[in-house]
Amino acid sequence: MNAPAIWILFPILLGCILTLLRSQRLITLIAGITCTLLALAAILIPIDTLLVIREFTFKLSPIFEVLGRRLTLDNSHRSLLALLYAAAAFWFSAASAHRMTRQLVPLGLIITALLVAALAVEPFLYAALIIETAVLLAVPLLAPQDKGPGKGVLYFLVFQTLAMPFILFSGWLLTGVEANPGDVTLITRATALLGLGFAFLLAIFPFYVWIPLLSEEAHPFIIGYILWIFPTISLFFGLSFLERYAWLRTAASLPPTFITVGSLMIFMGGLLALFNRHLGRMLGYAVMAETGFSLLAIGLGGTFGMNTFLLLLIPRVMGLGLWSFSLSSIQESVPDLTLQAVKGMARVWPFSSTGIILASLSLAGVPILASFPAHQAIWNALVTDSLSALVLVFTGSLGLTIAAIRVMIALASSPEGSAWGVRESWSQRTFLVLGCVFVFLLGLIPAGSALLWEKLPSLFAHLGQ
Amino acid sequence: MNLLAWLAFTLLLAAACINILRQDWRWNIASLAVQYLGVFWLVHASWSISLASVKLVTGWVVCTLLAIAHINTRMNAEKEGSHWSQGWFFRLVVICLLITVSYVGSTGLGSWLGMSLPTAWGGVLLISIGLVITGLSTHPFRLVMGLLTALAGFEILYAAVESSALVAGLLSIINLGLALAGAYFLLHPTDKVPA
Repeated sequence: MNAPAIWILFPILLGCILTLLRSQRLITLIAGITCTLLALAAILIPIDTLLVIREFTFKLSPIFEVLGRRLTLDNSHRSLLALLYAAAAFWFSAASAHRMTRQLVPLGLIITALLVAALAVEPFLYAALIIETAVLLAVPLLAPQDKGPGKGVLYFLVFQTLAMPFILFSGWLLTGVEANPGDVTLITRATALLGLGFAFLLAIFPFYVWIPLLSEEAHPFIIGYILWIFPTISLFFGLSFLERYAWLRTAASLPPTFITVGSLMIFMGGLLALFNRHLGRMLGYAVMAETGFSLLAIGLGGTFGMNTFLLLLIPRVMGLGLWSFSLSSIQESVPDLTLQAVKGMARVWPFSSTGIILASLSLAGVPILASFPAHQAIWNALVTDSLSALVLVFTGSLGLTIAAIRVMIALASSPEGSAWGVRESWSQRTFLVLGCVFVFLLGLIPAGSALLWEKLPSLFAHLGQ
Repeated sequence: MNLLAWLAFTLLLAAACINILRQDWRWNIASLAVQYLGVFWLVHASWSISLASVKLVTGWVVCTLLAIAHINTRMNAEKEGSHWSQGWFFRLVVICLLITVSYVGSTGLGSWLGMSLPTAWGGVLLISIGLVITGLSTHPFRLVMGLLTALAGFEILYAAVESSALVAGLLSIINLGLALAGAYFLLHPTDKVPA
């Protein structure tokens, strides 16, 4: 047995089989259990170590060869695998509460496995091709048959596709730089192409246009999943470049660039969320700001930067999951998700309204909620590193907080005498209550998530130094 | 060999010009098919004929997919009156500009990557024309066509630096995936996106 077969090939095969099934309950059950087992296996089973269980002995080989190239998953990947599949288990199980199972789960499982493959493939440049394949698979999710394509999905396809050639070509240049580290022209070209590629991939300003459009058009639950998994994997892919090339990692201009770009993204995200009136778009802008926080954490560098980057991961999953799940519930009874349309919904959708408010406040970095510890660590570091960046970050966070308060006011302001009620189903209430509790718990006990990410830094041994 | 490369470049140029200027899907798909013939020949300058033929086969399958989608969609009834793109004079000027700019860009690129001028120029021209097609329209078919054109240009250039069969295979999958996405968009049209 080998690890890539378990965490990559098996989920892809299962995803293909699930597309053939019709029963929502069966698909949810199979996908939910499989993803949970894969996450547990990633935590419990060591790779490349001989295991003896009674008379059975087995060893998970870390390498799978395909056409002369290798997929490698070793012990350093285990925490990431656990995080990805645990999040997938949540998303796929929760999809049944919104009757989105057949639409999301089979393709979602294949996309998750492909993105794991993108992190496992060697040479790692091939990841750009695999990510693009995952992007193409996401198209039917984002433009369902009954709605057709909007501008958002078209721009998503264009920008993500344009990233691939830049990254592939820069990869070829980077191998040249390895051979001639003194060639300044080559270094400049490689860096410029790489920067452009990742700007497209991570929707960095000004290439973010598809995020708000898509957040308005697509189903909120699906957009939550897409806007979580693609930027997360792209960030890890970007880190693998930094990990591999010492000259890139140690470049003096790198930290200020990351800090500037990151703080600009937080500023833009916060400001655009503040002046927007669509709850879906606000979610998109919050994702922009989150990408900014990750870039900022990388820019801060060293062990602190890496730890903060990893500390952001779980609160982000929780925040996006809760926000998109809550929006999906409310969407069932309103024509659109504008502030005007959702006015007074807290009276009839109390759980979902609480979920939206808590998730948006959490992603804004409000104290005692999940994202606060990581955001606070970044603010503290910026006080000494860059005051101008701190002002931008603070303004962006303030924008997100005020936007969340506006949403709260809209949800709570119902005409006098409106009846109270609870429209959420029991399954929806269960997921929402669990989500809200976790958002609080992670804020109060941030070390609780350390179990999952404490081994992740071994994936980036050089960066964490 | 060089004469054939120039012939392939001329094919690319003609096909790309038609794709910018005409809005008739039959013409567009036919030019795309011709374009892939040119791509095949220019890639053949760097790769063996068997590996380069992957580009041709993939390209023609892409064209077939898009044509079948068009035949099966209501969209083929749109705008039967005018097949010339609006602002054709502007587009003609854009083509002239692109030819000039891509020539300037490809002379240095060709010597750097060790490619002949028609190959480098063909690649850069396709990338720039593909980006212009993508940028000038929000119609799903034209957008996908623009992406395919830009990708074809990139493949010509990338073939000079990477000759892996796996890369060729993955790029083929991506081309086919883009065509399938295009077909999917065509078969589920919406009023939101203007032609």
